[in-house]
Amino acid sequence: MDLTYSKEDETFRKEVRAWLKKNLPKKDKAISDLMPHDPERVKRSKDWQHKLFDAGYVAMNWPKEYGGQDADVMRQTIVNEELTLARAPGLVGASGLTMLGPTLIQCGTEEQKRRYLPKVLTADEIWCQGYSEPGSGSDLASLTTRAELVGDEFVVNGQKVWTSNAQFSDWMFCLVRTDPDAPKHRGISYILIDMRTPGITVRPLVQMTGDAGFNEVFFDNARVPRANLVGELHQGWMVANATLFHERNMLGSTTRTQLMMQNLIRLARSHQRYGKPAAEDPLMRQKLSDLLTRVEAMKYHSYRQLTDVMHGRSPGIGAMVNKLVGTELNHDICALALEIMNSYAPLKKGAVRVIDNGTWAYEFMFTLGLVIGGGTSQIQKNIISERGLGMPKSG
Amino acid sequence: MDFGLSEEQEMLQRSARDFLARECPSTFVRALYTEPDGFSRELHRKMAEQGWTGLLVPEAHGGLGLSMLDMALLLEEMGRAVVPGPFIFSSVLVTLALMHGGSSAQKKTWLPRLASGEAIGTFAFLEDTDRIDAAGMTLKAKKTRDGYLVSGTKLFVPFAAVADVLLTAVRTSGRGEEGISLLLIDRATPGLSIKSLDIFDQTRRVYEVEFSNVVVTKSALLGTEGEGWKIMARLLDAAAVALAADSLGGAQKSLEMAVDYTKVRTQFNRPIASFQALKHLAADMASDIEPARALVWYAAHAFDALPRDASRAASLAKARLSEVYSRTTNRAVQMHGGIGFTWEHDMHFWFKRAKWNEFAFGDVAFHRERIAQLEGF
Repeated sequence: MDLTYSKEDETFRKEVRAWLKKNLPKKDKAISDLMPHDPERVKRSKDWQHKLFDAGYVAMNWPKEYGGQDADVMRQTIVNEELTLARAPGLVGASGLTMLGPTLIQCGTEEQKRRYLPKVLTADEIWCQGYSEPGSGSDLASLTTRAELVGDEFVVNGQKVWTSNAQFSDWMFCLVRTDPDAPKHRGISYILIDMRTPGITVRPLVQMTGDAGFNEVFFDNARVPRANLVGELHQGWMVANATLFHERNMLGSTTRTQLMMQNLIRLARSHQRYGKPAAEDPLMRQKLSDLLTRVEAMKYHSYRQLTDVMHGRSPGIGAMVNKLVGTELNHDICALALEIMNSYAPLKKGAVRVIDNGTWAYEFMFTLGLVIGGGTSQIQKNIISERGLGMPKSG
Repeated sequence: MDFGLSEEQEMLQRSARDFLARECPSTFVRALYTEPDGFSRELHRKMAEQGWTGLLVPEAHGGLGLSMLDMALLLEEMGRAVVPGPFIFSSVLVTLALMHGGSSAQKKTWLPRLASGEAIGTFAFLEDTDRIDAAGMTLKAKKTRDGYLVSGTKLFVPFAAVADVLLTAVRTSGRGEEGISLLLIDRATPGLSIKSLDIFDQTRRVYEVEFSNVVVTKSALLGTEGEGWKIMARLLDAAAVALAADSLGGAQKSLEMAVDYTKVRTQFNRPIASFQALKHLAADMASDIEPARALVWYAAHAFDALPRDASRAASLAKARLSEVYSRTTNRAVQMHGGIGFTWEHDMHFWFKRAKWNEFAFGDVAFHRERIAQLEGF
């Protein structure tokens, strides 16, 4: 056990911090003030990722031959921490970087890797994920979007939903049913779809926050070349599980949660509740300490997983709880902020007398979406109990 | 950056688990439940042979000279096996007190004997007010020509009946943190009498200790007169870490017992482990325990190496593990159904231990408020 960073890592962290100070988008170029679908926001977001990539701070752990640096996970973790601490904008190409990229590296052909990976890194091409359907949420393998192989093309018909960023994505990695007669897990294929293909319609879906962050995507005889198949025909479920694995085991950087916690403590100190700062109320102090304890637990829990990964050990059940615990913790932090703000809690961004520009109420809703998305808390509990504890499948 | 265990530490845990499975199975715990003192000198001697009682003791005094993190890993295993006895009080608290505050004569007298298991120590600090802060230490020690005259009562003293020496927090002057002194009092001293307090958790026996004009020599003073709180504050941190580690092991074991049971128990023609109601309970338990483990490791490491964060880290671990252990055992009993409520089933050993650990050395609310103060909320 040694919680100090090596000299090299310390030096690297300083470099990153200095680079960010110089290169972070200035206030007038801020990305967060623009609506998600604003073309100007998309352009600025792409430029930002490209700039980060040129500096060597994107997908550092990817193999060198595909544009990475074969760096150890510590380097990327340091970059991610510094990005969060600097409140840098998120990466617009995140799903390409964290889901498609690793899948292609693992299951793609050499040609596919050479064609797609470089533009994933630079954000020249943005990817969206085509998994969920109106009838297939937690039971993802029941998906019915049909891709019929006609000659050298798949003809795709059906609908995807909750598709983040589809409105400005160039490509979709998509699960489609290629064999309707096979058992549900064995008739699915993983294909790459150009979003400009005729027959594709994207319709924004407005979330409870008022933003349109995701979309419905309709396919009406959209034709996709057979060469865009990843892995074997009908083996898409296994290919997809490789990406699901990447999503779930992404080292949940807890830095963002720590920042939220710091902001919550600041709020509790400054906001008067029933005549005194919330932080002086014994009950609020108990609640703040409880949350802080859980935040600290997740911080050291992530250090433990980081250590496991660096030593080539599987973090096992420890990693399976990340999504469940992390998303609920973020939501609970926002919920306490609302409780502290009381009547001020529901005020929206820009409102007279609004506190912290309405961030807390917005995040309170947004973080509940994260509890559901990417496998609901209930699905997480199935995974933990079945894969982690060896309990049998239900039904 | 390395937040993991060394090979030696992993080996220590494995060998401790094997040893306790052999030497302290639940049948053994059950047998001790009805023994008058709830203590096995035989087991204590065997643990001493393993080097456990001297784990923290410097090599120069006959111990292994290992760290609090090593001790926490061992205590996790002892918590798993819900080992009865004064180990934490003797081999962690009294031992640390001697290491931090003892004169070279005191160290020479006690540390080798504590390490070899020949002597047992315990810590007498609570009084009828049940306060664990400095103001709660009111047992009077009047200064005499050759030492002190102690009169009054200490409560909830663990395993006083089998202890050779009681590390006793007394007030020699003033109030608050100033004027607290620590005395090493031989249990056989005239005027000292003990009374057993009947307790649900028979693995953690507690006693009322009555001091009536107990004459204590100057040589019994540990550290400087009136400055005992400094040592005691360190001991309270150590106790918080130790109980958190014990709770972690107990919680993990409770989860495993509950999950194993649901896999073999059938109702409605299927193993009840296939019901989501129980699977989700088990997942919640695992989700409590996994991140909590990192808190225990961190708190132990901070105790060893990060003095500025040691108190906060100890409180984080104690607050969280107190809550998690109690919640986990409650769920584990429920997953067992009716059988889990019986005396005949072992589950209640952990259920009761969880409650003892929750309230001893500061409960959840106490440590949360302490965190708030240390964080400067």
